[in-house]
Amino acid sequence: MAEFEPKIVCFACNWCTSAGADLAGTSRMEYQPNSVIIRVMCSSRVDPQHVLWAFKKGADGVIIGGCHPGDCHYQDGNYKTLRRVKLLKKLLADFGINPDRLRLEWISAAEGKKFVNVMNEFTDFIRKLGQLKLPENGGPPSGE
Amino acid sequence: MKNKKRTGVFVCHCGINIAGTVDVKKVAATLAKHEGVVLATDYVYMCSDPGQKLIIESIKEKNLDSVVVACCSPTLHESTFRKATNMAGLNPYQCEIANIREQCSWVHKDKEKATAKAIKITKSIVEKVQRNIPLEPISVPLTKRALVIGGGISGIQAALDIANGGYEVILVERSPSIGGHMIQLSETFPTLDCSQCILTPKMVEVSKHPNIKLLTYSEVQEISGFVGNFKVKILKKPTYVDPDACTLCGECAEVCPVVVPNEFDLGLTGRKAIYIPFPQAIPAAYTLDSEHCPGLVPIACGKCIDVCEPKAIDYDMKPQIIEEEVGAIVVATGYDLYEKERMAEYGYGRIPDVLDGLQFERLLSASGPTKGEVLRPSDHRVPKEVVFIQCCGSRDPELHNAYCSKICCMYTAKHAMLYKHHVPDGQAYVFYIDIRSGGKGYEEFVQRATEEDGVVYLRGKVSKVFQQNGKVIVWGVDTLSGKDIQIEADMVVLAMAIRPSRGATELAKILKISVDKDGFFSEAHPKLRPVESMVSGMFLAGMAQGPKDIPETVAQASGAASKVLAMFSADELTHDPIVAEVDENVCCGCKLCISQCPYDARIFDEEKGIVIVNEVLCEGCGACIAACPSGAAQQRNFTDEQILSMVDTILEGEK
Ligand code: FES
Repeated sequence: MAEFEPKIVCFACNWCTSAGADLAGTSRMEYQPNSVIIRVMCSSRVDPQHVLWAFKKGADGVIIGGCHPGDCHYQDGNYKTLRRVKLLKKLLADFGINPDRLRLEWISAAEGKKFVNVMNEFTDFIRKLGQLKLPENGGPPSGE
Repeated sequence: MKNKKRTGVFVCHCGINIAGTVDVKKVAATLAKHEGVVLATDYVYMCSDPGQKLIIESIKEKNLDSVVVACCSPTLHESTFRKATNMAGLNPYQCEIANIREQCSWVHKDKEKATAKAIKITKSIVEKVQRNIPLEPISVPLTKRALVIGGGISGIQAALDIANGGYEVILVERSPSIGGHMIQLSETFPTLDCSQCILTPKMVEVSKHPNIKLLTYSEVQEISGFVGNFKVKILKKPTYVDPDACTLCGECAEVCPVVVPNEFDLGLTGRKAIYIPFPQAIPAAYTLDSEHCPGLVPIACGKCIDVCEPKAIDYDMKPQIIEEEVGAIVVATGYDLYEKERMAEYGYGRIPDVLDGLQFERLLSASGPTKGEVLRPSDHRVPKEVVFIQCCGSRDPELHNAYCSKICCMYTAKHAMLYKHHVPDGQAYVFYIDIRSGGKGYEEFVQRATEEDGVVYLRGKVSKVFQQNGKVIVWGVDTLSGKDIQIEADMVVLAMAIRPSRGATELAKILKISVDKDGFFSEAHPKLRPVESMVSGMFLAGMAQGPKDIPETVAQASGAASKVLAMFSADELTHDPIVAEVDENVCCGCKLCISQCPYDARIFDEEKGIVIVNEVLCEGCGACIAACPSGAAQQRNFTDEQILSMVDTILEGEK
């Protein structure tokens, strides 16, 4: 059997993380192709339901990238994201999903290298964790 | 719901930039089969004129209602393709970019995997665009006044240019006078123009300009709003002297009992607690430095107030908060030298005859502590051997700063040359790593220092500087001859690295603009947008953005000013219409969104019992949308349905 290849959805804010991902490209840095970016204007646009939906639809990992604290283009959107992600992680555990499958990272427009490192590291981490198996409807959590 | 059924997909090869790692034909062929796609094609350079023509003609021929261009990052060509789309008669917001270059072909090597990913990216954008609605830019009012932060040469130049363009400028400077570091310099390279002589006319012009409101001893505390409509809070610290009443007689300083190091002379001289930084200071008035004055606690002292004939001194002066509205901001906060404590190996701060470049400027300056005579601080004797050390704290990624401070090669050549002009029988040595003298007349200037003035250049690093028998001993190596070198010098001058001005990081947080890894303010694009910050309406000038010399600083300041003037030449501004929107039938008026909005754009409509959106204020972050429990709030062209459908396509067929 071929090695398990994780599917990762990356929500990236327009001003920092998506720009950081662009810089990684401009600098021709290589990383694993398991993630696809959905660009949103600010990380605070990411609704917990988007993340849950991604897991439901087969994502093995979800990563949200925003500007560093204090640097959000919209003043404090990333603090809102931080609070929401904290809550959401609790919720994920209740759903039987390892909360570490969701990650929040601060990656600035200047941090192409960090984007690459985060993507590689997270992909490896999820690969080790294995495919996400959601508990059957109504069944008990798989207890990942 | 999907409202588009006739999407065109245009896949760009970008030469081999995309086509080298992504099978563009396959991307087009796969997309052609996607629901609602009526045309999918590829072309070598979509952004070229024929490429754009292809898009325009296809829209017309195939009656397309939406367009996806799979190419480079939207930061580059989104506007190109939106304009082309518009030329074909479609609303520009019916065009979206799938970023398959920066975020795919350039970061992956495996062609098969990169192609599969490019297909996913493009499909997800197709799903998005098929749910886009036509939008029109939203007009926002424009306040045609500018704020310039920093009163050095860059801030002065920017302020004058904008003011001369006919608009009001508020120039904020945190120290008691404008002039910045340039006013401290003796002469400037490569012409040896007297720095004060060329700067003071500009300073006077600032003080007399009807369009410039000068706020010295002031700091920006808070900024809110957005391009065209910034609200600024400025703290004006009390100087305890009424500048209009002060006659500059100097009696107050005469009787003041407190002596502290004089910042203007970098500690080479002292000043009183009530002082004027330098004779040509603007505004021309004394300042009482409350940190050192004992008199603010009544009874303790009060000598100055007793002798002040015009009654200009007022101990009860209070800090003031000044609120201003501006449309654009120029950040020109300049630089400071690298902290001397960091260069312990060179004895700076320990050995009195080891100076930094700015101190040496003061020693050379006709208005300096020695009236232009080069005398060493320890015993006021003329130094006969002087060692200049370049790159102190620069180009040293392990211990100090990785970058080149850019101006040190030139000013060290100038220092050595001027030293020789003052002390013709003295000897100047320069330790250097490389000589970087790019600039008009710069190389010739360095040549002149070595050939005409006999400055000895030694290529190598200095390992140690220490004091012995009244001399400053310098140990180094000359890497060209491979010899160890010991010089018994009378004085050592360190070309300390350029650092962003102290407080720049805090200011960046207030302004919400980013700084680079070294703490300098980041420009929007390193090549093509060198005077803009990432925040629209905020511009950068001078050393605040990175080390540069005076002509470059002036050029950038004028560049920033011209950006401001171009902005002010429009009647109003527009902003992106991808703002929040509320379905009035669904909103229950819970008001959760109001607390999420940083711009006060969410307002409770008492009559309807729902929360509405002020489109002019809404910046389109989407924070309120994610908070809305009922789904009544949506971000235009970033709706939940769009995002979820993108998630779907990305994960499609995988489980
Ligand atoms: S814009 Fe990047 S997190 Fe808000």
